Amino acid sequence: MKGILRLAYKLLVNDKSKFTALLLGITFAVFLIMFITSMFSGVLNHASATVINIGASVWVMDPAVKAVFNSVGMPDYVLDAVRSMQGVKYAVPLYSGGALVKLPDGTFQSVTVIGLDDTSLFGRPSLLEGKIEDIYTESGFIVVRDAEFPKLENPHIGSELQLNDHRGVIVGIAKVTTSGLFGAPTLYTTYERAIQYIPNPRYTISYVLVEPKSASDIPQIKKQVEALGYQARTKQEFMKRTADFFIYETGGGTNILIMTAISFIVGLSISGQTFYTFILENLERFGALKAIGAKSRDLVGMILFQATFTAFTGYGLGVGLCALLIALAKLRLPSYAAKMTFSDLLIGLGMVVMIATVSSYVAVRRVLKIEPFDIFRG
Amino acid sequence: MPNTAIQATGLVKWFGEGEARTMALREVSLEAQFGEMVYIVGPSGSGKTTLLSVLSGILRPNEGKVLVEGADIWRLSPDQLADFRLGKIGFVFQDYHLFPRLTTAENVAIPLILKRKNWEEAIHEAEKYLDIVGLKSRAGLAPVKLSGGEQQRVAIARAIAAQPDILILDEPTASLDGDTGHAILSFVHKNILNKDRCILVVTHDDRIYEFATRILNMEDGRLNGLQERPV
Repeated sequence: MKGILRLAYKLLVNDKSKFTALLLGITFAVFLIMFITSMFSGVLNHASATVINIGASVWVMDPAVKAVFNSVGMPDYVLDAVRSMQGVKYAVPLYSGGALVKLPDGTFQSVTVIGLDDTSLFGRPSLLEGKIEDIYTESGFIVVRDAEFPKLENPHIGSELQLNDHRGVIVGIAKVTTSGLFGAPTLYTTYERAIQYIPNPRYTISYVLVEPKSASDIPQIKKQVEALGYQARTKQEFMKRTADFFIYETGGGTNILIMTAISFIVGLSISGQTFYTFILENLERFGALKAIGAKSRDLVGMILFQATFTAFTGYGLGVGLCALLIALAKLRLPSYAAKMTFSDLLIGLGMVVMIATVSSYVAVRRVLKIEPFDIFRG
Repeated sequence: MPNTAIQATGLVKWFGEGEARTMALREVSLEAQFGEMVYIVGPSGSGKTTLLSVLSGILRPNEGKVLVEGADIWRLSPDQLADFRLGKIGFVFQDYHLFPRLTTAENVAIPLILKRKNWEEAIHEAEKYLDIVGLKSRAGLAPVKLSGGEQQRVAIARAIAAQPDILILDEPTASLDGDTGHAILSFVHKNILNKDRCILVVTHDDRIYEFATRILNMEDGRLNGLQERPV
């Protein structure tokens, strides 16, 4: 069979124009599918930036919270209640909200403010410049150096900000794993200062961050929080909830599904049509092979090999092209929201396998129908 | 090995049904011996190619029997029939049907590859057959780079590569000029025909009749006894 597959390979690859057209079709389809799904994955990843950067195991929140950036304030007693629950090692409050910074030129820039627990500073970012204890100095803020950093006119340690008519001083510059989705610079400060600077409704705790004594304690913590009328979610659950919000409640998921389907149809049309034309043009040769003594399963094997080889080569090229483009885009725009995940790779692979299956099914049917007698008749 | 290569009796073949039915073969019977080069001649549409296809296991007759070396080929399963064609029959098609994207040697190696020989071994063996037809120096070229006569010789090399007992040549001179056609058949007669091989040739080119052991004349789907004549 190895020799027959090599024969199939040569028949395919030596027909350079057809092979190139086939590869281009599949590469283009894979590129489109991968790029769209990667963009969506990137958006979802950035949407959960706070969850990823803070890194708490369990998040306690109001049941109405649909995504991390839509927090609903909780009363202080929730924090006390959680701290006294069985299985909880410690629990701290977190503030997450937005504010306006007045820049020296008089314009305003919206920022995300994260208020960390004053005692533990749980969830603090990794500092590039400055010392973390300076966050306790009067009006101290730490700014994240990410793609949005220049929007605050590239502040340095000692720079002053006017935040909701309050004076703020940059005491540290930090880096985080993931930038936010909405293009706003991020400032870290203490919980107390955050609620002091930013006008708030009656309840101020956005989230209670919980560290369980062990992973096995999480189910009982969830139950106790639920009994309190609130909800506890693990980091992964909260990220999934945020992703679900985008997928199912914003129309984003439907759009991506439509775009992916269009890419699939485009890829299937180009590749299927080209592969079918390739088979049609070689039909006489397949007939000759049949007359010489090739069995049907030999011909089916040849076609499946040709379709699979083209599909996987196109898949590799498409994925490579997509990765290259994302890498180039990130060189220019560090916060560019695209991320190729294993799920994206699997979706792309599944689509390519379907394209190869449909194309080869049509081709196999055609080849199996050919009669070697037709070759004799010319 | 029995001396009778092919024994066909009462072959009937029609195409279409009802009023559209066309009779291609009408009660055709023939025998061909090893060591013979049998020509089947006749006008276009007389059923020559249909007969050749039925004898070589490509087209199933509606009635009749074909025994090759004593075995009834139309009792074989499709896979057995494919093996039979691969092992016993060598085809030289009218339009050669060489693969333009493969080299000459790779074209000749096809039956060997179908016989599950490994690639390198098959190519090496194919070069030997190209040597027999005088084209070893052309082994690495694509068929399109060869003349019509050379392409015909490549097709012959491919047909004999699997060492078949029966060689079938369909209109071998149709695409060649007179001299080349004559030279090719002369070559086949001298170098390919032997006492263990039977060659069937369909042609209407009387310039090559001199190489025939027997000539069978076909007309309107019948082999006319009068036209069966030893040369």
